Amino acid sequence: MEYEIIMGLEIHAELNTKSKIFCTCTTEFGGEPNTHCCPICTGMPGVLPVLNKCVVEYAVKAGLAMNCTISDFSKQDRKNYFYPDLPKAYQVSQFDLPLCKNGYVPIIVDGVRKNIGITRIHIEEDAGKLIHDQWETGSLVDYNRCGVPLIEIVSEPDMRTPDEARAFVESVKAILEYLDVSDCKMQEGSLRADVNLSVRPVGREKFGTRTEMKNLNSFRSIFRAAENEAKRQIRELESGGTIYQETRRWDDNKGYSYAMRSKEEAHDYRYFPEPDLVPVVVDEEWLGRIRASLPELPEARKCRYISEFGLPEYDAALLTSSKRLADFYEEAAAGSSNAKAVSNWIMGDVMRILKEKGLEAESIPFPGSYLAQLVSLIDKGTISGTIAKKVFDKMFETGREPVSIVKEEGLEVVNDEAALAAAIKKILDSNPQSVSDYRSGKEKAFGFLVGQAMKETRGKANPQLINKMLKEELDK
Amino acid sequence: MELYELSAHELSGLIKNKKLSVVELTDTILKRIENIDSSVGSYVTVSGVEALKKAGQIQEKIDKGANLPALAGIPCAVKDNMCTEGILTTCASKILNNFIPPYNATVIDRLNAEETVLLGKLNMDEFAMGGSTENSWFKQTRNPWNPERVPGGSSGGAAAAVSCGEAVFALGSDTGGSIRQPASFCGVVGMKPTYGAVSRFGLVAFASSLDQIGPLTRDVTDCALVLNAITGHDPKDSTSAAVEYPDYTRALVNDVKGLKIGIPREYMSEGLNPEVGKAVMEAAAVLEKLGAVCEEISLPITEYAIPAYYIISSAEASSNLARYDGIKYGYRAEKFTDLLDLYKQTRSEGFGAEVKRRIMLGTYALSSGYYDAYYKKALQVRTLIRKGFDEAFEKCDMVLGPTAPTTAYKIGEKADDPLAMYLGDIYTVSANIAGLPGLVVPCGFDGSGLPIGMQLIGKPFDESSLLRAGFTFEQNTGYHKLRPGI
Amino acid sequence: MKVTRETIQHVAHLARLNLTETEKERLTSDMEKIISYVDKLNELDTSGILPMEHVIPIRNVLREDKAEKSYDREKILSNAPLSEDGCFKVPKVVE
Repeated sequence: MEYEIIMGLEIHAELNTKSKIFCTCTTEFGGEPNTHCCPICTGMPGVLPVLNKCVVEYAVKAGLAMNCTISDFSKQDRKNYFYPDLPKAYQVSQFDLPLCKNGYVPIIVDGVRKNIGITRIHIEEDAGKLIHDQWETGSLVDYNRCGVPLIEIVSEPDMRTPDEARAFVESVKAILEYLDVSDCKMQEGSLRADVNLSVRPVGREKFGTRTEMKNLNSFRSIFRAAENEAKRQIRELESGGTIYQETRRWDDNKGYSYAMRSKEEAHDYRYFPEPDLVPVVVDEEWLGRIRASLPELPEARKCRYISEFGLPEYDAALLTSSKRLADFYEEAAAGSSNAKAVSNWIMGDVMRILKEKGLEAESIPFPGSYLAQLVSLIDKGTISGTIAKKVFDKMFETGREPVSIVKEEGLEVVNDEAALAAAIKKILDSNPQSVSDYRSGKEKAFGFLVGQAMKETRGKANPQLINKMLKEELDK
Repeated sequence: MELYELSAHELSGLIKNKKLSVVELTDTILKRIENIDSSVGSYVTVSGVEALKKAGQIQEKIDKGANLPALAGIPCAVKDNMCTEGILTTCASKILNNFIPPYNATVIDRLNAEETVLLGKLNMDEFAMGGSTENSWFKQTRNPWNPERVPGGSSGGAAAAVSCGEAVFALGSDTGGSIRQPASFCGVVGMKPTYGAVSRFGLVAFASSLDQIGPLTRDVTDCALVLNAITGHDPKDSTSAAVEYPDYTRALVNDVKGLKIGIPREYMSEGLNPEVGKAVMEAAAVLEKLGAVCEEISLPITEYAIPAYYIISSAEASSNLARYDGIKYGYRAEKFTDLLDLYKQTRSEGFGAEVKRRIMLGTYALSSGYYDAYYKKALQVRTLIRKGFDEAFEKCDMVLGPTAPTTAYKIGEKADDPLAMYLGDIYTVSANIAGLPGLVVPCGFDGSGLPIGMQLIGKPFDESSLLRAGFTFEQNTGYHKLRPGI
Repeated sequence: MKVTRETIQHVAHLARLNLTETEKERLTSDMEKIISYVDKLNELDTSGILPMEHVIPIRNVLREDKAEKSYDREKILSNAPLSEDGCFKVPKVVE
């Protein structure tokens, strides 16, 4: 039986406003516990919230960038439940009248483009953090994060594979970064995803029972959790079991998920309109001002790279997938006459090394101009392609300029014919067998001798000269 | 009259003319509290030391010739549900019995700007839920006119204190009548301003869309002075109205000629004690004699105001009181098995019976499947109630009626029947639901010498008309000069 | 509307209240009376009537995005029944 996976995602992104959603405490990450707090964000008796204007604007920006309709009238509601990280015992969120609705985000997986529907985007406040104390006698509560503004982006159940889920989160992350409304640091928790997944036999219309996996905070865990859960559900159904609507915790280290200790019944959040806050009306004028302030978004930037830099779609998509990466590319391309080479270096060596070290583009320790410089050194023939790779690795290690690295380590291409002749003589003398092999018609021996010559000159020999001079010597 | 029986404006005159020192006045009132509060029970906390210190500072400013505000040097007290920095704020509940706020409510800051002297915090029904101050965890406040009787509630301590000279004026809070009804029971002036006129920041929330802070005073002039001090837009309260607030003392004009007063026929119906009805109608007649035009009107939705009120207020309260969990502040149960039990034990031990009842009612009204039938329905009825008043105000400038169906009843009389207690709110809740201002002015006594207050309900932000009518009534009668004689 | 003991039990749990047997009985009867009374609202025809969530038609109360100094931690913890290492302490939270 063939099964189809149906996935919808809810992404929570912390907005990088200066102050919290309802009070003037800082939203800065970290800090000693309970040092970014006041009576309002710790829910003391008698306090009242006042909405941060920037939160509304950032949410509207996100909505516009994701092709949503912006509600001209929206309100906030109380979501009531008891948990120690929620000081008021209710979270101020938006229930039936969210700020943004009915949008979409385009993704490309394996060259195929698809639009993932956005049901809604709404604003809400984040809760505090629970720390489990070392002696396990209790849990400790830190309210620093309480009141940090969040947008919740809810997708339609349009994703069908773990790759699509990952691509969706990547696209949303890129959009939010381009808008500069969130720092999207998944490892710090400022971007987290919940995956809702169900399976159904191909051809059946009715959706299966879905499970929810919460607070996945890396692309890897989103992918693996989705993949694993789909397999689990299929396995369960094939063996005649039942899928229960439940929340599961994904353990990325162990590579499996388990049902969370059953909360006796589904939460009854008893939503009602927040009486301490008034509705938000976004009129045409305000909306126009926000729209005018939108920067170039990933999709538009990608198209520009295709037309302006002549890059193929695949390359353009990769380069614009992260704002920092795109900025880096443009910095480099601006300082170079060889945009294609720059692009190849980024798509090749830069991406490789980031992947190896598990880093994001933000961690590239040198500016784009340095990459332009490296490409220019190669194009001018100052260094060979092989040496260039060494220089690049050194740039990543030290963050220093390629010109300095080449100079200090004497990596320039050797064009001095006398020096090359000496090197060639040396290897010909030390490899008589290969010489006779070549002279007796074995072309392969030539390659070996070239390799030896390059080795002798520690890769710095001008390869064309080596080739020419070696051939001349051997053909004598 | 004793010093502690004078009104704020009278005392202010003496202070400004240097005939009375602020310290002497404060000391007199503190002694008064010392003498009688063990029987009256108005206060939860008396901050005598701080009060005298503040009095000294103010007197110094006066001695230096500083030009001080109208209420400078006047000793006052506030209901114990307004946060006072560094001073115990309990809401008369076990669950907050040890809570010391690290900040002031906005009204406290405003009283401080007026250079008043804060004497302490006043007793109330727990979390403002009740109409008799019988629900206080600490003590029962007794009506200064008759100690067997309730002072009303939930601002019972405030009304009693002003009535018997334990404070020159007080601030109470009114969600369903909690300033006006005790004012009526204790023979003082009480006002619930228009919703949004006084900042709620720092008022421990009971029902967010209904709560308002307001003055309890000896006469209408004092009421206007206190309103001047506490009304005004507050950026810390999103529901605070950014409108023009007048100088309310300009409304203190002895003239009601042409004033159109509507008397709802639904108010003067069965269930209203005949002596109360008589006193209120006589008060209307006084105003008519002075030139007002009194007409019978109809507010047909009146009987639906109580169920709507109880649903809205309990629902909001159930959410506002969810934060009391023993984790961040207040009482925490000593014995519990796990987190869930900590919540349940703390809240069960910390809240009184009436609070629990309202929380249960509110939770029920908001719970899955019931929201539309109860909360949403009540909000729709709210629209109708407001509409009823809007229509009435096309024909009249204000509505006149009784404040409560009876005078102060005996302590314990209604304790077993919560519903009967709720029905006592019939005349007051509509003003909260519709967000309208309401003024209560003493207008007589019943056969046993218990005070009766008449209520005037006005158009939004038209406290001035109410003050004018109340002031005129006062100037032409003498009820506000009578004291309980403790 | 009939209010049963099960309803009371369920609502008490939602509200995080422990009720004694006496309280359960008392509340079941009180709530029944009160709910029957508030059911009176059904006598009113409210079709097409908008629910009034706020009595004053205020919109867009917004504040500028400016961070100010937070409260000192000791003030935040000053009323905490139990605290440790600068945090509020609760019984172990098990997921």
